[in-house]
Amino acid sequence: MADDIREQQLAAQASGGALSPVEIIDETPVSLTDGPVVKVGALRRFGQLLRRSPKLTIGLVVIVAIVLFTVIVPFFTESPTALDNASLLRPGEDGHLLGTTQLGADVLSQLAHGGRSSLLIGLTAGLITLVLSVIFGVIGGYLGGWVDETLFLISSVMLVIPGLPLMIVISSYIPGRSIWLIAVILGVTSWAGSALVLRSQARSLRTRDYVAASRVAGERPTRIILVEIMPNLLPLFAGQFLFAVVAAILGEAGLSYLGLGPTGGVTWGTMLNEAQTGAALTRGAWWWFIPPGLLIAFLGGALSLVNFSIDEIINPKLRAGSIAAKNTRDAKKRKKKVDQ
Amino acid sequence: MNAPLAAERSTAAGRSVDGREAVLTARDVSIDYEVSPVVHAVRDVSLTLHRGEILGLAGESGCGKTTLAYGINQLLRPPAALRSGSIVFHDQDGTDVDLRSLEGDALRTFRWDKISMVFQGAMNSLNPVITIRAQLFDVFTTHRPGMSKKQKEERSQELLRKVGVDPNRLDSYAHQLSGGMRQRVMIAMALALNPQVMIMDEPTTALDVVVQRGILREIMRLREEFNFAVVFITHDLPLLLEISDRIAIMLQGEIVELDTAANIFEDAQHPYTRRLLSSFPSLTGDRGSFIRTGEEA
Amino acid sequence: MKFYVRRIAFYVLTLWFAVTLNFVLPRLLPGDPASILLQKLSRLGGEVTPAMIRSVELLLGTSDGASMWSQYWSYIGSIFRGDLGISISNYPAPVTTLIGEALPWTLALVGTATVISFLLGIFVGAWVGWKRGTWADHVIPATTLLQSVPYFWLALLLVYIFSVSLGWFPIIGGWDTWTFDNPEASFAFFKDAIWHATLPALTIIFSSVGGWLLGMRNMTVSTLSEDYITTAEAKGLRPSRIFMTYAVRNASLPSIAGFTIALGFVVSGSIVMEQVFTYPGIGRLMIQAVQGNDYALMQGVFLVITLTVLAANFIMDMFYGFIDPRARHNG
Repeated sequence: MADDIREQQLAAQASGGALSPVEIIDETPVSLTDGPVVKVGALRRFGQLLRRSPKLTIGLVVIVAIVLFTVIVPFFTESPTALDNASLLRPGEDGHLLGTTQLGADVLSQLAHGGRSSLLIGLTAGLITLVLSVIFGVIGGYLGGWVDETLFLISSVMLVIPGLPLMIVISSYIPGRSIWLIAVILGVTSWAGSALVLRSQARSLRTRDYVAASRVAGERPTRIILVEIMPNLLPLFAGQFLFAVVAAILGEAGLSYLGLGPTGGVTWGTMLNEAQTGAALTRGAWWWFIPPGLLIAFLGGALSLVNFSIDEIINPKLRAGSIAAKNTRDAKKRKKKVDQ
Repeated sequence: MNAPLAAERSTAAGRSVDGREAVLTARDVSIDYEVSPVVHAVRDVSLTLHRGEILGLAGESGCGKTTLAYGINQLLRPPAALRSGSIVFHDQDGTDVDLRSLEGDALRTFRWDKISMVFQGAMNSLNPVITIRAQLFDVFTTHRPGMSKKQKEERSQELLRKVGVDPNRLDSYAHQLSGGMRQRVMIAMALALNPQVMIMDEPTTALDVVVQRGILREIMRLREEFNFAVVFITHDLPLLLEISDRIAIMLQGEIVELDTAANIFEDAQHPYTRRLLSSFPSLTGDRGSFIRTGEEA
Repeated sequence: MKFYVRRIAFYVLTLWFAVTLNFVLPRLLPGDPASILLQKLSRLGGEVTPAMIRSVELLLGTSDGASMWSQYWSYIGSIFRGDLGISISNYPAPVTTLIGEALPWTLALVGTATVISFLLGIFVGAWVGWKRGTWADHVIPATTLLQSVPYFWLALLLVYIFSVSLGWFPIIGGWDTWTFDNPEASFAFFKDAIWHATLPALTIIFSSVGGWLLGMRNMTVSTLSEDYITTAEAKGLRPSRIFMTYAVRNASLPSIAGFTIALGFVVSGSIVMEQVFTYPGIGRLMIQAVQGNDYALMQGVFLVITLTVLAANFIMDMFYGFIDPRARHNG
């Protein structure tokens, strides 16, 4: 039966406005059973996309820059845990571009190595979140019936249970935590919102004509889900995945800051933890605690920008409003020039 | 640019049809959609609407009839824009109002009071989160600030009764009404201020034919009672032949024919009009002659 | 009516699930929290009474072979009685007392800041959406960046700039412990508390307003293309009326329905932020508990946080039911 209106609104909100309640994103079905997709021009189309959307370009540039930073710089610096007793808590100088921590570790090195860990955790957790939300959302949403009701109930309960407190409780029971464990904890506690969004969309797709046609033709549910429904959800997947990665990176930062992050590892979050315990604030060691947070903010911001540009691409109403208004303003300007 | 329209056959360049005065005069109206490439949705359209007349506006989807209606009412949203032309409203108190020059408060006061509109698909034309009463009251609060709550209540109930809806429905919300009822409420709202012109854009297209008949009869009856002019927009030409005084046929943004309903039915001039007329399967005549042979009836 | 009953039933179910999690997690996860705790207890010196051992076992699992079920029922029983155990790190204070002292601080700070942030986000977001296609659109990237800033880092930054460098605000605490030994009901104390709460509140507001602003702006742009907006304009209604009653009222529905998700972020953020400011709320209490292996306190705070979140959600549900008649009628 139809979702009650509140559930639809919830899904609309959780998707960041990408889904309008009671509405569908894209009218044209994309199905793998259609003829071969024309690959020519995909690169060119991507280039067009970039030109049309400055948000997308900026976002991608920042992301690539940060990723390159974490991949390349570690080859040029010493180990992040190497302590230089000669130089404690000093701002940028020879040998230590970004200065040192209270114990003499090189901040730049920690930033780069820590970035790797933070990124890995973020990506892994994001992936886990996506997989779980697909299972709980798409499968339930498509199948309906008691399967859907059960999965939906589980998702709703997981949604309301406060995430960070739960993560804290889980982490506190496990003394030795690897970055993979942290990623798992993050992923396992954060999938509920995405699941609801995907479920809402899967439910609406289920009633579409081409899906009904496949059912009547006798295709098995697995095949319908894989071939008809999933491809149409791809843009939504992308958006939810990016959102999950941002949340995971922020989540890991928070956990590590509280001392519940990967034991013995270096991440941007642990850097902030050590900075606080090392009284970086009161001692004015801005080079220690500002860069990690800045990088988290930039990475998160860039991912969000990319996310929004995807939103605008798949939700024509968002784009149409701004572009239409702009076009009319431009036309008026042109007319004014002609009249003068 | 059209040749002098065989249009307006029964009217001179003058102002009356069967002795009726003009209430709305549109001359050379052009509306463009500012996309690339630019789309000329309405091209140099001229027509005159007379007091108390029902003018049908017919044509296939995308011919520009809805755009024209929105243009007259200054409801165009970007990227649509009125490029040129004049639209003049001849108020019954004698003044002429240039619609294009109306802005801001003047436009708001004018709207609904002189010209009101019933939109296509009332499904979504009503605010889903406030009562019907609130939406009717809105009109009064804005345009008749002197009305007391009691007066608004009485008037609202009276309006609902006129369109055949139980006044108790004032407490309802849009989702609690059937499609036909919602459309009737829209009509009631459009009548609230006794406008001189009502523009109706496909008001019955989404409804089944029986309901449609009921609503059309209401409209005719109300028109008799209040003598407002109606611009009735639809793709359903046979319907217009039934109810309109005159009919304008639109094709790709231009009016290709404009004449009385009787003349169009018996002796259509423009080839497109003739094609349109013959495209509707007839309830009478030889069975299958239209579809199987593709011959014109 | 059915709508509200369903929601309450749901929250009861969720609460039960949280209690069960508390029971199951220490027994399921690797590590032996019970021994760690008991060792710590004996290290603290003083007596380790059988009653204390019993309560630790209730909490974390026994090795004497009592079945899971009976342990479970005993656990639920004590929760029901309001007995959340004894705190180890603040021995011998009962958990409920500690929570009772800390909770008001968090509620006051986070509650107020959240309300301010929500209202700000909704109305500014709606306004930006209303003025689509103009310069107002450029606000978006700025708020996007703000939203990605981790709460606590923003807090660190604010403390660095305003407390350490400029000295305008206090660095830590909920009140000035030099002047006031304990919280008291005096105007001076109240003023002092607000002064201490300003930076934390600003942190919460800055970090969370972006989410609501963005969501509301998108929804408003979407809503403005709806037919009933066109009708309202055609009716000649004043723009302010269209804005409030036709646009905002419809566009805010997802934000209200989705308050759950946003609240989750606010809660996580405040826990960490209380750590930064050493603010005497339940977030900091929880961290203290974790650092001291004080599992009873930690579980107790978890439950109370969950309960508070559920209550806030329920309030929002009532509000939603009030605003959207479709929810009331369809149940």
